[in-house]
Amino acid sequence: MSYIGNTDMSFGEEQAMLLDVANQFCREQSPVSTVRAQLDSDTGFDADLWQQMVELGWCGISLPEAYGGAGLGMSAVVPVLESMGRSLLATPLLSTTLAAQLLLRSADSSACETFLPAIASGEVATVAWLENPDWGDTEITSVIDDSGLLHGAKVHVADAAVARWLLVPARREGQVVLAVVETSELAPEAIVPHTLIDETRRAATVHFDAIKPLTLVATEALAQSMGDVPLLGALLVAAEATGTSAACLDTTVEYLKTRKQFGKLIGSYQALKHPCVDILNNLESSRSFVYHAASLITDGPLEHDAEVACRMAKAQATDTLLHASDRAVQFHGGMGFTYECDAQLYIRRAQWSRQQFGDALHHRKRLAALLLD
Amino acid sequence: MSTVDSTELEAFRQDVAAWMRDNKPADPGFLLPQSFMEVGSEQQLDFLREWQHKVWSAGYLGMAWPKEFGGGGVAAAFQSVADQEMARAGVPICFNVIGLGWAGPLILHRGTEEEKARYLKGILTAEDIWCQGFSEPDHGSDLGNAQTRAVRDGDDFVVNGSKIWTTMGNFARYMILLARTNPDTPRKYDGLSFFLSPMDVPGIETRPIRKITGEYGFTETFFTDARIPADCLMGEEGEGWKIAMQTLQYERGAEAGAAGGLAFVRTTIDDMINELDGLTRDGEPVLQDAQVRDELVQLIMAEKAISLGDRRNRINALNTDYPFSLALSRKLRWTEHTRHMRQFAIGLQGAAGSLYVGDNQARQGGFWQRAYFNSFSATIGGGTSQVQANIIAEHVLGLPK
Ligand SMILES: Cc1cc2nc3c(=O)[nH]c(=O)nc-3n(C[C@H](O)[C@H](O)[C@H](O)COP(=O)(O)OP(=O)(O)OC[C@H]3O[C@@H](n4cnc5c(N)ncnc54)[C@H](O)[C@@H]3O)c2cc1C
Repeated sequence: MSYIGNTDMSFGEEQAMLLDVANQFCREQSPVSTVRAQLDSDTGFDADLWQQMVELGWCGISLPEAYGGAGLGMSAVVPVLESMGRSLLATPLLSTTLAAQLLLRSADSSACETFLPAIASGEVATVAWLENPDWGDTEITSVIDDSGLLHGAKVHVADAAVARWLLVPARREGQVVLAVVETSELAPEAIVPHTLIDETRRAATVHFDAIKPLTLVATEALAQSMGDVPLLGALLVAAEATGTSAACLDTTVEYLKTRKQFGKLIGSYQALKHPCVDILNNLESSRSFVYHAASLITDGPLEHDAEVACRMAKAQATDTLLHASDRAVQFHGGMGFTYECDAQLYIRRAQWSRQQFGDALHHRKRLAALLLD
Repeated sequence: MSTVDSTELEAFRQDVAAWMRDNKPADPGFLLPQSFMEVGSEQQLDFLREWQHKVWSAGYLGMAWPKEFGGGGVAAAFQSVADQEMARAGVPICFNVIGLGWAGPLILHRGTEEEKARYLKGILTAEDIWCQGFSEPDHGSDLGNAQTRAVRDGDDFVVNGSKIWTTMGNFARYMILLARTNPDTPRKYDGLSFFLSPMDVPGIETRPIRKITGEYGFTETFFTDARIPADCLMGEEGEGWKIAMQTLQYERGAEAGAAGGLAFVRTTIDDMINELDGLTRDGEPVLQDAQVRDELVQLIMAEKAISLGDRRNRINALNTDYPFSLALSRKLRWTEHTRHMRQFAIGLQGAAGSLYVGDNQARQGGFWQRAYFNSFSATIGGGTSQVQANIIAEHVLGLPK
């Protein structure tokens, strides 16, 4: 029996092209000054920039051509998220991609026809995953009442304030269904923004008081996709965190090459040098896991190996970013403790990434069951 | 690299596997080395010599080396398959590693025709055992500062000084020797020269050193007015450092050309987990313990990350950030992972983890205990992990010395 198992690693031409384009785009369009300019804005992103991303077709990369997408599948979104992570470019792309995947994989063809082409052309949708802060608690208490109205509340709903549609898991007569809610149906005070540790992100608590959904998805495929899409979310966050770790390490290394103490560049001290090598090696591991997972996911239900890969990618990549950003602060000395130093952007992002779709302990616990039982 | 037909390789794999099954030696009744750095007795030496000769005779060693020098003259892919099958079959190691893996490729790539004809075949047949005289008592990591002197005198060099940690020094016929021919160069590196030296000349003496495992395997090697023929000099005087660095590239697995064969008894996470039967913690199977499970998952991930890195290393578009990072860090990562895993394996044995080779209640005869100790041969030898980290920091991240 082999515990290492599948080690596939493929990287297609489309992915390579997207990686190139996305790297260049994010470098040019999202320098740190641009990121900082959005920290206290309402939406967290620049509308023109978002429009450019829409025009590049990024909202539909993973969607079938029949729904106005590029038909490249989720593996092609991975390099884009990695590039965005590198430039700390936060937009609703992650949220809207996952919402689209949830609809697609739930296979309600009329819902797909209604929403997916619009999402591919830039309408934002987001999934309201959580009712409490525990990613491991899948209990759903929001309900659809006998008149078809939605009652309940969801927390940590990413990009809720800018979304046109919210995808809300709820129970109807005990069965889990997915309600699609138009945000314009909600009273303004129903969306209560959180104050997030990562100021590049936006999320809110959303209250649903007798709201009429546009539609209810209740297909047989829903249960499977409700399990699979958070794994895709874990993978995309891992890809993004991998890019962020690389940028964070570069920032630290750059400082170590310019700052002098005791008459020497501080980068010559092994107490700083060797942890940077650890971070580099962990970063390489993150990247390997992420692209391995990207090699295994398809439009169909996730198989065992793909699940293992997504969980490993998340466990590795967000722990790596935690470590990289923690050391980035420390290795900048007093400067590292300032708001001005970019290390703060990374350490804040690290806490956010860690808590999306389950942290490392969450995934390793499930990996233990997948691998050892 | 030339491509090889995959069906041909697959058929070859079957052949090797069958041969290994049929020819795997029976347990000799004494402890076999877990690596080429553990050959401590004549008994082990004779056994391993015979085994390597047999593997070579069957055509499974030196497969990619030229035929005229005892090799097989086929693509390196065949040797990789043979090596994989040797590992899978759990056969003994091909112990003449300093010859097969480092001196051999060095001679093949930069030796004269005469040197190739003189040395290569004996490396493969195990007739000529090779050792490496780089480290000195006062200069290990700081190898460039080596002080063993070689002074040209007519047709000879006269060598004085001492080397240490010379693996198989007492068994070897030849040594790759790094010695100082010029003590006055402004840069310490420029005074070094590289020799393919005989060991059986007057003035070279070896004294075995007992190892952490209680066994033998390396020596201190003393040179007292030892005369070695001038034609043992490889390259030019003063090129020693450059050649030594090339040798270390083979040793660290960063450059190809090795004759192949199994150099280590590899232990993988599979070996470890598959042997946990019967071990308990709090009266339950150890595999049900939450902490143990989490540690095991982390070990699996560490090992899988290395395998995936090897795969990713072949995809250029995914290696753009730090081009040599994966290749340069492999030795550090694999050896540190192995050490960590073996230490953890002992911990799973409960009180039996305190037993050692020789105790009849030791699990698997104390395999993991001995393997843990032996793992340091790879985290220290060939450049310590700390020195590897310096290299990566300086050459990959561009940090200052
Ligand atoms: C089993 C075994 C077999 C060997 N076989 C051979 C052989 O066949 N031929 C041969 O020539 N040599 C051989 N060696 C020697 C090996 O190459 C050296 O032991 C090694 O290079 C370290 O040198 P040292 O022992 O002098 O330790 P030192 O260099 O004194 O190191 C002591 C400690 O200091 C650390 N250190 C040293 N310099 C630095 C630095 N710049 N930065 C950070 N930390 C540093 C080291 O990592 C180590 O932890 C063998 C060693 C072992 C263990």
